[in-house]
Amino acid sequence: MISRRDFLQAALAASAVWGASGAGNWARLAAQQALTQDRLLEFDTFGNVTLIHVTDIHGQLVPLWFREPEINIGVGAAAGQPPHVTGADFLKLYGIAPGTPEAYALSYVDFVSLAKGYGRMGGLDRVATVINAIRADRPEALLLDGGDTWHGSYTCLRSDAQDMVNAMNLLKPDAMTSHWEFTLGVDRVTEIVDGLDFAFLGANIFDAEWDEPAYEPYRMFERGGAQIAVIGQAFPYLPIANPKWMFPGLSFGVREERMAEVVQEVRGKGADLVVLLSHNGFDVDRKMAGNVPGIDVILTGHTHDALPEPVMVGQTLLIASGSNGKFVTRLDLDVREGRMMGFRHKLIPVFSDAIAPDPEMAALIDRERAPYRDEMAEVLGTTDSLLYRRGNFNGTWDDLICNALIDEREADIALSPGFRWGPSLLPGDPITREDLYSATAMTYPNAYRSEMTGEMLHTILEDVADNLFNPDPYYQQGGDMVRVGGMGYRIDVTKPQGSRITDMTLLKTGEAVDPARSYVVSGWASVGEGTEGPPIWEVVESYVKRQGTVRVDPNTSVVVSGA
Amino acid sequence: MEFTRRGAMALGAGLAAALMLPAQALRAAADDKIAEFTGGAAMGEGGITLTTPEIAENGNTVPIEVSAPGAVEILVLASANPTPDVARVSFGPLAGAQRLSTRIRLGGTQDVIAIAKMADGSFQRAANTVKVTIGGCGG
Repeated sequence: MISRRDFLQAALAASAVWGASGAGNWARLAAQQALTQDRLLEFDTFGNVTLIHVTDIHGQLVPLWFREPEINIGVGAAAGQPPHVTGADFLKLYGIAPGTPEAYALSYVDFVSLAKGYGRMGGLDRVATVINAIRADRPEALLLDGGDTWHGSYTCLRSDAQDMVNAMNLLKPDAMTSHWEFTLGVDRVTEIVDGLDFAFLGANIFDAEWDEPAYEPYRMFERGGAQIAVIGQAFPYLPIANPKWMFPGLSFGVREERMAEVVQEVRGKGADLVVLLSHNGFDVDRKMAGNVPGIDVILTGHTHDALPEPVMVGQTLLIASGSNGKFVTRLDLDVREGRMMGFRHKLIPVFSDAIAPDPEMAALIDRERAPYRDEMAEVLGTTDSLLYRRGNFNGTWDDLICNALIDEREADIALSPGFRWGPSLLPGDPITREDLYSATAMTYPNAYRSEMTGEMLHTILEDVADNLFNPDPYYQQGGDMVRVGGMGYRIDVTKPQGSRITDMTLLKTGEAVDPARSYVVSGWASVGEGTEGPPIWEVVESYVKRQGTVRVDPNTSVVVSGA
Repeated sequence: MEFTRRGAMALGAGLAAALMLPAQALRAAADDKIAEFTGGAAMGEGGITLTTPEIAENGNTVPIEVSAPGAVEILVLASANPTPDVARVSFGPLAGAQRLSTRIRLGGTQDVIAIAKMADGSFQRAANTVKVTIGGCGG
């Protein structure tokens, strides 16, 4: 699991050696190793600087199941490149033997049986143990949080994210950036940020009226005798993908030219190492790494990819640390003479049964959960099927949500947004209220019921598909395709916007969707202000309680071509 | 994602309006404006920087910036707006910088085009696609 021994003393100037960084034998040793805390944390300290990266925790304080995607299509230059390699191809690319702990952590292959063998992943108390161990080894290590932290669970929603703020304050990051944080509303964000002991960074967050920077763009740290600039980049499309009325007055965007200016600024101030703490999404970061000179490391986030080795773009390292607390990245760097000379990297999988909980964090988590324990623990029903969310076109969690919307709200067609957060449940698991909230908790949950024409539905599907499959990553928003219940369609991901989606079919009749006819559509998480309807969790709770045991049939209603 | 009935109707109206002016006709209108500005002269690709968002946060007010050091005049067009004219700005010899920034309304996804006339009479062109979306589902 110690990656790239060859790189230990490699200098950046030796580009031939760096250029050889593809995928390799990451797991050759790991496959035969016992799953112990010592093994998981084993690391031969290197260089003079350590970065610790966590991202997209989505409010998950306790260990969970999280199935990685089966379908994750890359388009344009990203086609067939990590992170758009899944399943058996992924295992082969990184030399991971099927059935190993790493195969379980990083891919969907044999997920259910391996989950039973290797147990849940994550838990912020285990994450704390990992971080403390790294700090014991390198006290000056920088801990950087890529955002999507103050969102996504029952306790986070009910406490207005105070549980996550308290937990992260205990972990003591040095900086974070953001996305879903802003769906708390800008006033709550300001209230939290004013009390933080660490930097809340966003070089691309601007005042919408005056087009001036609204948040601290970067912070300089001196570590191991080197000046390190950490630049933050928030999710570029917050006012489009999330309700902009919740943070009026703020503008985001990719702002590549702004990033280039900030990199020049920190280099001018003497930065020996430039780290971009990003919530761009992997493909956006890959393009930015190629277009903006002078960034040494991009700690990627948003798209929830977990890669066991860095991806290199020129001399920039792209690090993908997964989501939901499943992984912690340790990146040791040799920074000398104003530049990065070499690195050693490890994506540490947080096996909750192997890594001991940190007692202080475990106590904090207990305190944060205590007021809600009974209401969270209520069992609503049982699932016969594996419930998961990740995948470009559908996941069983959203199939269940769409079934509930159609049934409870008497709709022809249901729409569920293509979020990438939300843990999994194994077949036979009880569905608790906490589980349901982990898949739905958010601040604009209203389940609307309205009429839409076939033409409107087509426009929506085309619009969302272009957010995912536009060949230029800067036009992508990083979510998955909107999930559709009650309607099937074909999609050719290679076509331009307006001609990707064909053969829309109303499943209950088998008839083609008529562009001129109106259909009753129910969905949730509309970005429109004043959307009416019950919160989505009430709709699904009622459905699950009535069903008792839910079963989700395999979804074959989306036919994909061009991938 | 905007799923409200009101949004659906508004969008429907927008599509209908756009259909009355076929894309081909709009492109021709923009091409005419360019020909009028350049007199049909060939255009280079360097020396002018057009900065726009990739995706507009609000199609009714899209911030754009054009910079063309040494330009005497800059033309900005929204290629697929019913009226493509956005701005035609002249710089006198005492101008400290040949740069303009403003906010424009875009009726839909389209190319924003900027053309600079340089002091020597040559022309430089830059164009960016700005997407106007009905809202996504970023996760």
